[in-house]
Amino acid sequence: MNLHLEPRTDAPRWFSPVMTLAALAFAFVISGFIIWLVGGDPIKSFTHILVSAFGSVGVVSDTLVKATPLILTGLACALAFRMHLWNIGAEGQFLLGAWGASAIVLAPILPAGTPGIVVIPAMMLAGAAAGGLWGFIPGILRARLGVSEIITTLMLNYVALFWVQFWVFGPWSKGGFPETEAFPPEAWLPRLTDLAASFPGLAGLTVHLGLIFGIGVATVMWVALERTRWGYEIRLIGDSPKAARYAGIDINRKIVVVFVISGALAGLGGMSEVAGVVHGLQDRISPGYGFTAIIIAYLARFGPFRVVIASILFGALILAGREIQPSGVPAMIQGIILFSIIGSDVLIRYRVRFDRPVATA
Amino acid sequence: MDLTTILAAGVASGTILLFAAIGEIFAERSGVLNLGVEGMMLIGAVAGFSIAMSTGNPWLGVVAAMLAGGLLSMVHGVMTIHLRADQVVSGLALTFLGTGLARVLGEGLASAKDVAQLPHVTVPVLSDIPLVGPVLLTDQSVLVYVGYVLVPVAWLWIGRTRPGLHLRAVGEAPAAADAQGIGVYRTRYAYVFVGGLLAGLAGATITLAIYPGWFGDQTVNGRGWIAVGLVIFAQWSPLRAAFGAVLFGAIFQSIIDIQGVTTIFGFENPFQPGRSATFFLEMLPYLMVIVVVVIGSREAVRKRIGAPAALGRPYVRGERGS
Amino acid sequence: MTPATPVPALEARGIVKAFPGIIANDHVDFDLRTGEIHALLGENGAGKSTLMNILAGLYRPDAGELLLDGRPIAFHSPRDAIAAGLGMVHQHFTLVPSQTVTENVLLGLSTPRFWLRPARSEAEIGALAAKFGLRIDPGAKIWQLSVGEQQRVEILKLLYREARILIMDEPTAVLAPQEIDELFRTLRSMTADGRSIVFISHKLGEVMAIADRITVMRRGVVTAAGIAATDTSRADLAVRMVGRQIVDVPDRAPFQPGPVVLAVRDVSADNDRGLPALHGVSMDVRAGEIVGIAAVAGNGQNELAEVITALRPSQSGSVTIGGTEVANRPVGVAIREGVAHVPEDRTGVGTSPNLSLADNLIMKRYHDAPIAHGWFVDDAAARGKAQDLKDEYAIAAPSIDTEARLLSGGNIQRLIFAREIDTGPRVMVAVHPTRGLDVGAIESVHRVLLERRQAGTAILLISEDLDEILALADRVDVMYEGRIVGSFPVAEAKIGTIGLLMTGGSVADAETEGGSPPQPPAPAAATR
Repeated sequence: MNLHLEPRTDAPRWFSPVMTLAALAFAFVISGFIIWLVGGDPIKSFTHILVSAFGSVGVVSDTLVKATPLILTGLACALAFRMHLWNIGAEGQFLLGAWGASAIVLAPILPAGTPGIVVIPAMMLAGAAAGGLWGFIPGILRARLGVSEIITTLMLNYVALFWVQFWVFGPWSKGGFPETEAFPPEAWLPRLTDLAASFPGLAGLTVHLGLIFGIGVATVMWVALERTRWGYEIRLIGDSPKAARYAGIDINRKIVVVFVISGALAGLGGMSEVAGVVHGLQDRISPGYGFTAIIIAYLARFGPFRVVIASILFGALILAGREIQPSGVPAMIQGIILFSIIGSDVLIRYRVRFDRPVATA
Repeated sequence: MDLTTILAAGVASGTILLFAAIGEIFAERSGVLNLGVEGMMLIGAVAGFSIAMSTGNPWLGVVAAMLAGGLLSMVHGVMTIHLRADQVVSGLALTFLGTGLARVLGEGLASAKDVAQLPHVTVPVLSDIPLVGPVLLTDQSVLVYVGYVLVPVAWLWIGRTRPGLHLRAVGEAPAAADAQGIGVYRTRYAYVFVGGLLAGLAGATITLAIYPGWFGDQTVNGRGWIAVGLVIFAQWSPLRAAFGAVLFGAIFQSIIDIQGVTTIFGFENPFQPGRSATFFLEMLPYLMVIVVVVIGSREAVRKRIGAPAALGRPYVRGERGS
Repeated sequence: MTPATPVPALEARGIVKAFPGIIANDHVDFDLRTGEIHALLGENGAGKSTLMNILAGLYRPDAGELLLDGRPIAFHSPRDAIAAGLGMVHQHFTLVPSQTVTENVLLGLSTPRFWLRPARSEAEIGALAAKFGLRIDPGAKIWQLSVGEQQRVEILKLLYREARILIMDEPTAVLAPQEIDELFRTLRSMTADGRSIVFISHKLGEVMAIADRITVMRRGVVTAAGIAATDTSRADLAVRMVGRQIVDVPDRAPFQPGPVVLAVRDVSADNDRGLPALHGVSMDVRAGEIVGIAAVAGNGQNELAEVITALRPSQSGSVTIGGTEVANRPVGVAIREGVAHVPEDRTGVGTSPNLSLADNLIMKRYHDAPIAHGWFVDDAAARGKAQDLKDEYAIAAPSIDTEARLLSGGNIQRLIFAREIDTGPRVMVAVHPTRGLDVGAIESVHRVLLERRQAGTAILLISEDLDEILALADRVDVMYEGRIVGSFPVAEAKIGTIGLLMTGGSVADAETEGGSPPQPPAPAAATR
């Protein structure tokens, strides 16, 4: 008996999204099974996730807070992946962005007392620039020297990690602890709870401006990809680099530009995290946002608005997942989700048949 | 901190990278890119440690580690060979899966101490040969000796045997191999499995031989990725991989050693433990990988050799030209 | 003539084979006698390759049976077929480019048992090749060989495996006339040795020249079963192949060339392997003129097309369009100067497979109005333009949102032509534009090219089909090893001379009575 794949040529429009959702459901079933295997209670675990992520306004706010860095890094990955540029370095770009934004306050680059209206944009700029630099390196190596960006972006993740650790344990360390001084209030991104004085219902809601950034960037990206010449070129390169070259597009330049933008977006994510949530720089500032972003981008099939939705889902997973035993389960679920998406990809592109062999391989 | 000790420790530490890199060379030579090496190494590490702990027999641990790696690699194999999924993404998914699984299985293992380790061996007489003796043949784990044998065996197998010819054909021109009756799918599954076995072995080498103990994710700490980079630097040759492995092993070992010294060339050592400057030291291996990958890529372009021509592309019978 | 033996060496009865949407073989009968050369004739898509793939073990028939020397047999894989003494030389060679001739011949065999012995094997292979007059170096790597030499390796593979029956799929598609003669001599020496050969082709002239018997297929059905070559004629075969007289190329208007538009001066360039492919090539193409390049595959014509369209750098020389330099400049410059390119690789270069028809049709026009305004693409304008082009060029597809990969070969070519012509080009470079197309599509391509010629476009036509070039071109330039070795107005072009030049001979040779390029020592050729 042999597995036989035939290209599927007549799939209706709804086929792809339905298959993706089916894959997601499948992944949860498998994960539930594994949880049960190692002695946990899957129903309890999943209900716990739903409740602790969406059970009340307060926790919904927390979920959105967790989703914000995911949106930005997810968009970063989605943009790069559209062009088959494997940016595995969103994690490192995120960290560099966090560092760059922190440098504005901690170095200090702007003196203390500078009003928020100047500090915040400066931090955004610094975060994007630092992340963009971290994207530029693998981009130029790939464009000029044909070096595989998978390896370079990954290695730069580790370098970024140690870089941040150096500053957090060293020059910026507060009293020898692996964290810095807290940022002054001017460097805090406005949060809903700041308006509690006028709207008492908003007290305790820590959703911050970063969420608006994220959604704004998603909108801009959608318009750029679908309605501009630049976006058309990216779609063309992603589908057929040879055809793109034949059409006169300078692919190498695009590679660098896209990598820089991708890095800058991830860096912006880092900035939003330090300015909106942590209000300082810490050692473990990212629980793997940059890696989860890869899965988010894939799940969303690189569509900007779908990235936002997927980020909320994963934000819920991360938030609630901290309390799930055993602790490796959320990471495992992510792997299973990605495999399920890949599997659904196969089913979308091909019809699978079990046949008597035409001629055995 | 003399050269001999550094090299000896480099060889030991490099053995980890060597197993993983040679495993990946086999897989890639057959045309399948497997980026899940980090995940397979972690699974191997935790499986090996856990079995050794519960049975008291480190050899059983080694076997368990290899099987765990091999099993995990088959998920990637099915996805990419039969289901024609994108090899890059599948490999990444494998890493996530392996990492997560390893965390789950490794719960509570961290506290285990005094797990039986593999024996160390010193070769009599030969270990007195200057330089070669003390570095290669003195007080090295038995797995290091396995590595010594693996390198020439792999090199001969690939380049000088009939099965090796078939392997290379499958990776360079699978349509040609298929037309000659060579089973392309079968070959690829086999070598992806071998890659998984060796990655699992690499993981066991960490926890049962070179750096005993289980430290969660830190156990492998990116070595799987370094191995993937090494394959490019090695230009898919086991001999060059060995050279690269020793080089990086020495770098990793030096990082540890430098931190133990009080003065360097008369200046106070800024890299002592607890000093923040040590982080720059830790960056070194990862920066070096970037350097060697760049070197490897340039060389491939210059010499017009390079990756197996069919690497990364699923094989579909009957897909030809227009 | 070898006498017919009572039991055919190979027989196929009632073969049926269907693929999604098409019946490739519809109750096909075929028989091959020992020691004969049997031609299987039909146009693209007639089902010849499918039938032969079944015989060679690559496909299994849905119904019907195969008999080898009168006994029923079934093949589960190419290995079975080869073990039974039946081998196929495919149109697309199945060779490993980075390995040597010897390694390729040995591939898949169970000897040597384990350890490879290069020296010994190379000597053995070399001796076998010499025995059949096949000129190759057993230690050479495949990528270093010419296409004709690679074909010899494929034949050698079968001879080494002691194949008694050889199937050759369109073997002359990539050969020059002199190489074709050499191949025919090899085939005759093999039949003299008792082997039997099936020769698949769609070229009437060759079939008449080499075959003992001919079977014709059309749309999956046999329309002439094993008729003796002496009992038929080209006209008769043509009718059986296409069901009607093959239509000639539409009439050409008289040649009224304008000024020189495309000027190539002294261009030298390397190929992908870094070896020189073009040596100081110079040529002109005028407005309203079709220049055809006659060359055997791999003599630099592809590289020339790529230099002109700026897809390949040149080491020296210049290419100007109406005076503006386009060589070694960004591709966009050539496009802006009005160079249209119909590439050889339709699905990999000429179209983006997963993008829609609309996206593919605006590929050369998305920079400016009316499709684009500033940064933005005007979706409505783009779709409007796409729909217009689809209608005008009769591109058969469900809608302009259909993905390009779902189109048939002929429709993809229509898409490409539609897009390229829409830019109003001054120069068109068409590389193998009718390869693999059915008769209807070929006719429409010829029509389009002649219309463009009439409209004043300067056209460079690169094709491996000499008949096509002679029918369409105003001037024929012959390329050999990266140089233009001859240039003739089409009225003065003679196939014999062109063939000679294509393989390195000289005009002087052609003019000498009975002159021909040096031949290898050939085994005693069997005469018909």
